[in-house]
Amino acid sequence: MELREFTALELGAAIKKGETSVPEATQAALDRISTQDKALNAFITIAGEQALDRAKALQTGVKGADSPLYGVPMAIKDNICTCGMKTSCASKILGDFTPPYDATVVEKLTEAGAVSLGKLNMDEFAMGSTSETSFYAPVKNPWDLSRVPGGSSGGGAAAVAAGMGWYAIGSDTGGSIRQPASFCGVTGIKPTYGTVSRYGLVAYASSLDQIGPLCRDAADCAAVLDTLMGRDPRDATSLDGPYGRLLETLTGDVRGLKIGLPSECFGEGLDREVKSAVLTMADALKSRGAEVMELSFPVIEYAVPAYYIIAAAEASSNLSRFDGVKYGWRAPQYDGLEDLYRKTRTQGFGAEVKRRVLLGTFVLSSGYYDAYYQKALQVKAVIKNAFDQAFRLCDLLLTPTAPTTAPKLAASLGDPLQMYLSDINTVSANLAGLPALSMPCGFDAQGLPIGAQLIAPHFGEGTLLNTAHAFQLDTNWHRLTPRGGKTI
Amino acid sequence: MTWEIVIGLETHVELATKTKIFCACTTAFGGPPNTHCCPVCTGMPGALPVLNKKVLEFAVKAGLALNCSITQHSRFDRKNYFYPDLPKAYQISQLYLPIARDGAVSIHTGAENKTVRIHELHMEEDAGKLIHDPWLDQTRADYNRCGVPLIEIVTEPDFRTAYEVVAYLEKLKETLQYLGVSDCKMQEGSLRCDVNLSVRPMGSMELGTRTEMKNLNSFKSIVRAIDYEAKRQIELIEEGKRVIQETRRWDENKDATYAMRSKENAQDYRYFPEPDLPPVELSQNDLDELRATQPELAEAKRARYQRDYSLPLYDCQMLTSDKALAAFFERLVALGTPPKQGANWIMGEVLGALSQRAMEAKDMALTAPTLARLIALVDEGRLNRNTAVKVFEAVFDTDQDVDEYVTAHNLEQVNDSRLVLEACVKVLQAHPQSVSDYRSGKEKAFGFMVGQAMRELKGKANPQTVNAALRELLET
Repeated sequence: MELREFTALELGAAIKKGETSVPEATQAALDRISTQDKALNAFITIAGEQALDRAKALQTGVKGADSPLYGVPMAIKDNICTCGMKTSCASKILGDFTPPYDATVVEKLTEAGAVSLGKLNMDEFAMGSTSETSFYAPVKNPWDLSRVPGGSSGGGAAAVAAGMGWYAIGSDTGGSIRQPASFCGVTGIKPTYGTVSRYGLVAYASSLDQIGPLCRDAADCAAVLDTLMGRDPRDATSLDGPYGRLLETLTGDVRGLKIGLPSECFGEGLDREVKSAVLTMADALKSRGAEVMELSFPVIEYAVPAYYIIAAAEASSNLSRFDGVKYGWRAPQYDGLEDLYRKTRTQGFGAEVKRRVLLGTFVLSSGYYDAYYQKALQVKAVIKNAFDQAFRLCDLLLTPTAPTTAPKLAASLGDPLQMYLSDINTVSANLAGLPALSMPCGFDAQGLPIGAQLIAPHFGEGTLLNTAHAFQLDTNWHRLTPRGGKTI
Repeated sequence: MTWEIVIGLETHVELATKTKIFCACTTAFGGPPNTHCCPVCTGMPGALPVLNKKVLEFAVKAGLALNCSITQHSRFDRKNYFYPDLPKAYQISQLYLPIARDGAVSIHTGAENKTVRIHELHMEEDAGKLIHDPWLDQTRADYNRCGVPLIEIVTEPDFRTAYEVVAYLEKLKETLQYLGVSDCKMQEGSLRCDVNLSVRPMGSMELGTRTEMKNLNSFKSIVRAIDYEAKRQIELIEEGKRVIQETRRWDENKDATYAMRSKENAQDYRYFPEPDLPPVELSQNDLDELRATQPELAEAKRARYQRDYSLPLYDCQMLTSDKALAAFFERLVALGTPPKQGANWIMGEVLGALSQRAMEAKDMALTAPTLARLIALVDEGRLNRNTAVKVFEAVFDTDQDVDEYVTAHNLEQVNDSRLVLEACVKVLQAHPQSVSDYRSGKEKAFGFMVGQAMRELKGKANPQTVNAALRELLET
């Protein structure tokens, strides 16, 4: 078996046992990147030399390492600040921005002995569901190069699926970890809002953004989250806990677990093959002793509009700081201050970012605030309440992550509204701040991965990961690789 | 027609916390440009604000002192606008749920007492400073001040004259200084005031169109700007023109206000709740404790001094003009100094010495026990007042032990009546002319002889004893 077919935990164990070394694993990942990434474009920055230096330095500490992921090479989405390494958010406007500080998650990963291979491509400022809005060209889906990998953490999903690193750190504002995980056949989790520090994550929508991992399987996700989670005094929205060791909760025992299937997520607009794969997964869990029940979740139809109002409103404010004054790109020609702002922002941002900034500016404008933003906040509260009701009946919700498998490149760009609507199953977990996971549960006739989503109550990461783990004990969807792992 | 001037104030006060409102950078005034900064206060991507608890405490103390009701569940909001001194392009402020509301402050102008209503008090962050270099035609940004905590105190339109405005600001300054929440230095910009002014025919209940004046850097410019702007508005109306609702800038050098922007061009700040900061929860316990630990403010002290120490109002005002001075006085009294004597020493010698040295009371070396001992020595008749003043001058900067100093310099008062009598006899013998002048009714001669006797006794005698001895010798 090649190193790249290992899970992150398996690689960590092999390093610990001396069966391989940190430099060897790092070199293997860099070799894989050099053959695959020209076609996939999953990376914005490949930090080969730095990674090898770091790997050498880490190798000496293998024996005393605590983390089961010590020495495992990985990569970080380009909207997470890395000290001394360019953090562009896949935007022209931050094309030359090198942060003088690390995000809290980067500090934690460094402490745990991670080797960073570089920074991952994404939708510009995490706005998009296809990873096509990047200023640095679209990411391709490793399963089918004519298709999108999903977004916005498309670079991370594609990298993990193609064996360019053993896990990736992404961010999820409305499905940006789960949907690309689904399209690329990997396991990704958005933890409870407030459990992973946002310090150093370039904000898209502050009240919805959450950092999380994209991995080969649920066990790897548990190990990465064990590294990342915890209260951070630098993030006032981070929560006190309780934080247990997730890795230790993976027993595979799901007996008596009540899994709810919201009927609204299995109705109109859902691809037939996706539906059948997810229902098959429900049966598999049933045969392990879980109870499966259907329930109604009608408020979901308001989730997308509420999400796009809140996210755009916050984005319009969060992205105002990119004004050409302090850092980042500035328009070369301008006449006075107003013109400096106008030209820098007109030329520095891409179309999708401008669309959302304009939408957000509009919904916060005097006279419209109550009709849009205030109302969206009310919907958010209603959705939270609906989840509370649902979780009185069951322990988890199971839905398709996305209504379809990965669409063709460029198919979504012309119809942003259609693209927004495809977020229907993922956005409500962000609105309610709930943990949610996507995992592979089958393939369609075209050989594209199908993703299933599990949603749990606050701090329900253990239940989510254990349920996914149980399914992964019985199936091998998560171990399949594009083209049988062959080079593109 | 007679016109009534209607004024409301928005006052920004920098809080005297050691660190900024949302990061750990220092709030120290000045410093080389962009040296009191970090990713948070310069709005770097991904940096997040965390509320400095001290800011909340100071804001609540100010709110309580201004008799406001405190919002126990308050919140921060973003005020969005582009300007190079605002690195995030939004200011974190409070619009929807300010920390304090509905307060009242009583002010005194001459014989009149008046209550000014406080509309609200909210917390926010300060912006940076732009420095224009006309030579290079460049504007440079200094972000040292970004994130310095402010409270903005908004009054109702309750003022009718510039003097009421000044009385309010003085009261506000005194209150905030007593609380220790701000140093309120207008020249350093730690107290800044915007004046909203309109005029209306006397007796009318409707408010006229108001203008807002900015760039008022001293009490003097506030008074002059109010006079100017009221006159400008009255003239406009009397000419049949309209006052335009706008923001105007006071130009100190030209003694006039100039339009900055009108309401039509007013910005839409698109306020919305700050998602990076959870709501600010102030528990009943914390609030009760802050209320219980509020210091006694100047006004209460004045009343207490009048009541308990029977001091004249003037003395009370002088003693409470500075918190450190009032504390010094109270310690003196606690050490047994008679209040009126303590007050006299403070108003005379202490304030004199301070002003001579351009010092503030809080910085003086002299401690209350030292002055109390000095006053006691005079009381006990062991030092005369004049010598005591000299001792005071000698120990003021060092807080030296008074008894040691007096002994070391042999300054103790001569109370031995035999020594005094001997000295007086000597004087009478040496100045027969003065004796005969005195006897022929020239009282002035007596003063001369007292002086001579004191000189003979090296100034250490009790003047009363000398007086009595001389009179006795001359009358017999």
